[in-house]
Amino acid sequence: MEKFDRRYIFLAILLLVLVPLLFPLGLPIRVSHEVQSAYDAVARVPDGSKVYFAADYDPATMPELHPMALAALDQLFSKNCKVIGACLWPACPPLLEDAFRRIGEERYGKKYGVDFVNLGYKPGNEVAIVSVGRSIRATFPTDFYGTPIDSIEVMKGVDSITGLAILVNISAGYPGTKEWVQQVQSRYHIELVAGCTAVSTPEYYPYFQSGQLVGLIGGMAGAAEYEKLVKRPGTASRGMDAQSLGHLALIAFIVLGNVVYFTSKKKTP
Amino acid sequence: MLPAPFLNTMAALLTLAVFSFLYKDNPFYKVAEYLFVGVAAGYIVALEYHNVIVPNLWRPLVGGDLKLLVPFVLGVLLFSRFTTNFGWLSRWAIGLMVGTFSGLAIIGFAQGDLVAQVQANMVPLKTQTLLGTFSNWVIFIGLLSSLAYFFFSKEHKGALGATAKLGIWFLMVSFGASYGFTVMSRFSLLIGRLLFLLVDWPASFGFHWLH
Repeated sequence: MEKFDRRYIFLAILLLVLVPLLFPLGLPIRVSHEVQSAYDAVARVPDGSKVYFAADYDPATMPELHPMALAALDQLFSKNCKVIGACLWPACPPLLEDAFRRIGEERYGKKYGVDFVNLGYKPGNEVAIVSVGRSIRATFPTDFYGTPIDSIEVMKGVDSITGLAILVNISAGYPGTKEWVQQVQSRYHIELVAGCTAVSTPEYYPYFQSGQLVGLIGGMAGAAEYEKLVKRPGTASRGMDAQSLGHLALIAFIVLGNVVYFTSKKKTP
Repeated sequence: MLPAPFLNTMAALLTLAVFSFLYKDNPFYKVAEYLFVGVAAGYIVALEYHNVIVPNLWRPLVGGDLKLLVPFVLGVLLFSRFTTNFGWLSRWAIGLMVGTFSGLAIIGFAQGDLVAQVQANMVPLKTQTLLGTFSNWVIFIGLLSSLAYFFFSKEHKGALGATAKLGIWFLMVSFGASYGFTVMSRFSLLIGRLLFLLVDWPASFGFHWLH
């Protein structure tokens, strides 16, 4: 058994993930307290408010984070909120653009510059975050397309982040939720909802427990729960059957590995 | 802009090339890897130029905002590292960056983590509900026993040893939860790529076979 070719494990995982994608099982999705809190926090925002949408991810984490970005924008646009989007990850602006186009323009008929704006990418990590807290205009003199910020209607009257109703952050890691909590939420006490990759979710639970985050959407499971709440099933909901089977397979492999380990240990004198 | 079917086919072939590494290392994987590194480097340079240097430095500088000469000169000094005699000049810019980041990180940690988290862990040990009381006791015992595990000024024997051992259990549960979430992340990536190969790629040719 020690000489077992691990490529058989790769093959088994591939099949277990592939089959439910081809033939969905329709396993139920239960909404967790953290995701419900995120939904409720956005629901509490007055209709038509201006909000900051910090999209801090890249194509590598798209399967987890893009569905929750789409679901969050869906809820915001359904409330006619004006969304100011910006990125701290260099490859994110086209993803934010895609989310705005699919949800803002195609689903809700919203207009660029009037109902939403993509301010693009800004480097500097914590420095950029502090700068956004102080003045969005100074941090982003132009939008993603190079249009001066003063000529964009949705940016009229907007400067400090404190003037906005809520901060929604979709984060793949550093810089992301942790830095927004440390540099902006704790300084300006703005309500912060975070959506993050599953791998970083345990790190952010203490922030949710302390109330520094008013909602936490973790990984593909969290995205699927959010899609259920906004009644817009997407790729996250579609992937949950495969997730469940994949996890079961992994548990089986862990048990099998331990059985092999302990039986071979007994045989060794 | 290249047509979507061509771009998606390129993406699909590169995805398969990367997956081929699971069988064994091969030239297709190497091509995909090098291509990714090259494209990513080129993309970031172009993006930094258009999103940062032009709007935040060049345009205001040309417009007469001369105080931006300071960051401009500091930025240029970073390139002095390429020379042997003047390499030390780059330390001015690096020193400023390290100092700024350290200052922000310390303040951020103090106000976002230290104070807020200590405060959040001071929970009442008796609440209105049984579940609430139980949860708070778990936090209380888990926190103290985990901290005891990291207390190295006294040998882990007797009461301290038993508490530290309990702390290990709490830490193991925490690591297990992290591992479970990590697995979910990795599966999500695989699912994302498979959905691209099964749905998005054929759809770019107008072929919608999977709904």
